[in-house]
Amino acid sequence: MEIPYAVKPRPDTGLYNAKLGIWLFLASEVMLFGALFSSYILLRVNAEEGTWPHHWLNIWLGMTNTIVLIVSSVTVVLGWASLKMGRFHRYKFYQGITLLCALVFLGIKSFEYRDKFMHYEVHLKDGRIADGHLQPGTTKEKVVLEGRYVASHADLMEGKVHHEKEPILEIPRDQIVSMENYGPWHNTYTAIYFTLTGLHALHVLGGAIVIFAIWGPLARVWELDPERYTNRIEVSGLFWHFVDLVWIFLFPVLYLL
Amino acid sequence: MSDSHSSVAPTGPPDPRAIEEARKHVRTYLIVGVALLCGTLLTVWASLINFGSREINIALALLIASTKGFLVAGFFMHLISEKKMIYAVLSCTVFFFAALMYLTIISMSHGSIVQIR
Amino acid sequence: MQPAAHTDARARAPHHAEPGFWRKYIFSTDHKVIGMQYGVTALLFMFFGFCLMLMMRWQLAYPGRAIPVVGRLLASVAGADMVGKDAAGHVGVIMPDLYNSFGAMHGTVMVFLAIVPLAFGAFGNFVTPLQIGAPDMAFPRVNMVSYQFYFLGGVIMLASFFIPGGAAQSGWTSYSPLATVTAAGQHPNGQTFWILGMVCLINSSLLGAVNFITTIIQLRARGLNWMRLPFFVWAQFVTAFLLLLAFPPLEAASVLQLMDNLLRTSFFLPTGLMVAGQAVHVSGGGSPLLWQHLFWFLGHPEVYVLILPAMGIVTEIIANNTRKPIWGYRSMVYSVMVIGFLSFIVWAHHMYLTGMGTRIATFFQTTTMMISIPSVIILTALFISLWGASIRINTPMLFALGFLPMFGIGGLTGLPLGFNASDIQLHDTYYVIAHFHYIVAPGTIFALFGGIYYWYPKITGRFMNEFWGRVHFALSFIFMNLIFMPMFVQGLEGMSRRMYDGGATYAESGGVVGLSKEIVGLNVPISHAAFALGLAQIPFIINFFYSIRRGRKADSDNPWGATTLDWQTPTPPPHGNFEKPMEVFRGPYEYSVPGHGRDFTPQNEPEGQEPSLHGNPVRS
Repeated sequence: MEIPYAVKPRPDTGLYNAKLGIWLFLASEVMLFGALFSSYILLRVNAEEGTWPHHWLNIWLGMTNTIVLIVSSVTVVLGWASLKMGRFHRYKFYQGITLLCALVFLGIKSFEYRDKFMHYEVHLKDGRIADGHLQPGTTKEKVVLEGRYVASHADLMEGKVHHEKEPILEIPRDQIVSMENYGPWHNTYTAIYFTLTGLHALHVLGGAIVIFAIWGPLARVWELDPERYTNRIEVSGLFWHFVDLVWIFLFPVLYLL
Repeated sequence: MSDSHSSVAPTGPPDPRAIEEARKHVRTYLIVGVALLCGTLLTVWASLINFGSREINIALALLIASTKGFLVAGFFMHLISEKKMIYAVLSCTVFFFAALMYLTIISMSHGSIVQIR
Repeated sequence: MQPAAHTDARARAPHHAEPGFWRKYIFSTDHKVIGMQYGVTALLFMFFGFCLMLMMRWQLAYPGRAIPVVGRLLASVAGADMVGKDAAGHVGVIMPDLYNSFGAMHGTVMVFLAIVPLAFGAFGNFVTPLQIGAPDMAFPRVNMVSYQFYFLGGVIMLASFFIPGGAAQSGWTSYSPLATVTAAGQHPNGQTFWILGMVCLINSSLLGAVNFITTIIQLRARGLNWMRLPFFVWAQFVTAFLLLLAFPPLEAASVLQLMDNLLRTSFFLPTGLMVAGQAVHVSGGGSPLLWQHLFWFLGHPEVYVLILPAMGIVTEIIANNTRKPIWGYRSMVYSVMVIGFLSFIVWAHHMYLTGMGTRIATFFQTTTMMISIPSVIILTALFISLWGASIRINTPMLFALGFLPMFGIGGLTGLPLGFNASDIQLHDTYYVIAHFHYIVAPGTIFALFGGIYYWYPKITGRFMNEFWGRVHFALSFIFMNLIFMPMFVQGLEGMSRRMYDGGATYAESGGVVGLSKEIVGLNVPISHAAFALGLAQIPFIINFFYSIRRGRKADSDNPWGATTLDWQTPTPPPHGNFEKPMEVFRGPYEYSVPGHGRDFTPQNEPEGQEPSLHGNPVRS
């Protein structure tokens, strides 16, 4: 006996199996990201006054990524509609754009991550703090940053919305007490930022791989069983929209507020 | 864009009603897409305005995000016309998520925690 | 090669060529094979977890004495800092760190690698598609991957014993900051392995949950509407929902703790943390309570995951051996749904002593009290089902009957823990250990044993030996009570959990009030009972293997005379389970229907075709 309702919907529920399956899976993902968002709120609300940073992320890059994901969501659903209309090549075109958007998103994200790892907070022996991006002139004897000096750690909490060029600072290593980049370990804000966006990026990657697999190597299923193929596009599309949905909340929460 | 006939499914061309349905949906998708892009620009712009209190910025950002989320879920994910079973699963999920968030935060808010000196 | 005329038919109908050994037994997508894989693996882990407990109980009864036989082996595996010498110079004394890791891993292994995989993965997988008349699970390949994730998680957990520093030592609850600062110099350490193992296990459960829910909703046979489902299926259905929605926050928390451990983040590490007099070099700003909330959000539904499938099994066995319908089936169904729902909003009753404040504590206390009601309804319905019944005594029924009062004790002793005020005295004492072990050991495990004896003839076509089955039951029942009943007394006297020396540090001495000698002395008979419990499992293990080939043959495909669809198949059920789609005409427990010839009417027997009064009654 074959497994019923794998492609055709069951009359009383109106669903085919994979559709129910993906929604159940998405429900669990809501709880996963929900727990992380709850952690974010908790950590932020309980943070000491003046210790939660603001505008440490480039909102223009974030906005670009938001637009990229929205476009990819539109193309995913247009691709599905094309299949419903029997227009396979049009679907291929739209889904190709989706995959391109995924690559762009991940590329921008990688750039942002690298930027954070290059951004250092250097505590000097004379009590000053140097804060900026590591420059190529850095050697064993000195650290070269493009940044600024501040008097205290609290001055670093407010970031800038528009980034202009900053002066080059040359700091001899023997003047340095400690030096740490803006990785997850830097404070709880960077910790939750990297965790939330990292997990999200893994979902973007995973979704893109599945969409690619169905678009590329598994495309011949369209010839054998178009309804089954269209269902796969719908199911993977639902996952992709969820990934977009999470970002719609991630962007303002991490970048803007 | 011309579609070659070889890509039409062996079971025959899709039912013309289905095609008309899909075409109507396409219009909706594009409108929603534009709305989402506008919402993005709006939320960035609003975040740069100083309303006096942080809370207003937060409320506004969450309002815009929720609206965008509703559009994606409702139209792209077809939730607006989904089956009862899916609604049932999602309502439970939303309730439990809200409980997790709300109860955890209340338990740990400064007003609640017993100070031990 | 097939002639051309057949190729079209083959292309349309799924053709199963006979698979090779690997495809059939190792990489199978058949729910029955996967169920047995889960079963065998879970029983092996249960044995392992049991052995960990035996070694701990030795230490508690005879602190500082080397473990005979096993002690030297332990020393060679765990190293000299974990296993020391006793006063006489014998090697094999468990050191505190090793004791703690045994404690943490006993809990982890029993809960996540033994009970849940057995109750949900094994019984759930094997029986559910059969009971709903389905050919397999909705997603057979996902099912296979579920098992593989479980296996991988188990391997990681086991491997952690052999790495420098040993296995995780911070309790099965892995509270931060202890879980982060313990063995912090070691990379990777046992805690890291624990977290990675948990991530595998959680993913296994999530995939399983999606599969179960979709299968039960979508693949029920014709006529099998919701109120005709066997209670076993309802129980598995609710369990799957608990796993689906409660596990992800723990997965999130695990990722966060992993980052704390490996990347020096401070999700759960507060500002100003000091370890051994030194400030820890982390950013601080985190919250240990956040870990607790996220952990217990899963932790509480998890305990319902442990008990619900057991209630399902017990219900099937009781209906079958009372030869009458379950009393209050409808109430049981509504109750199990209410339990599922409420279980998500009671979790902080594990955190009454964290200083949450009375308002929120009262909220959780209220929901905790509320959830006891549907549990009592289910137990009561099962008790009342015995009333006026023609009770057939056999090994599965003994275990099911034993379950009832044992779960009753376990559940009722939870009430003082659920009240904030009394919990202040009882929290983190042996009272808690006794409470939950009563529910899981003579509770769930009895149900699982009963299930094994009950479904054995469906899988093998033979019965397990009845005499040795009753011996297994009687001895297990006696010794489990001897182990856990005294622990209530110890806990009421204030004896704390997780004490390596069995309470010796807090014993009374020269005018200092503490634990009395009698209380601490109870450790000895408790440990003896534990060793005896281990011996009592030997007949079961022998019986299990011996009966596969030499057990009394079942005289039919339905030797117990059961009504549910799982018994209306060939033995063992073939791939695809049913020749053609099943149709169901009645409820799950139509036993002793007046006017029918047999004392049971299977769910799929068409109307009007029941045998006359002259049919043969079924032998037990």
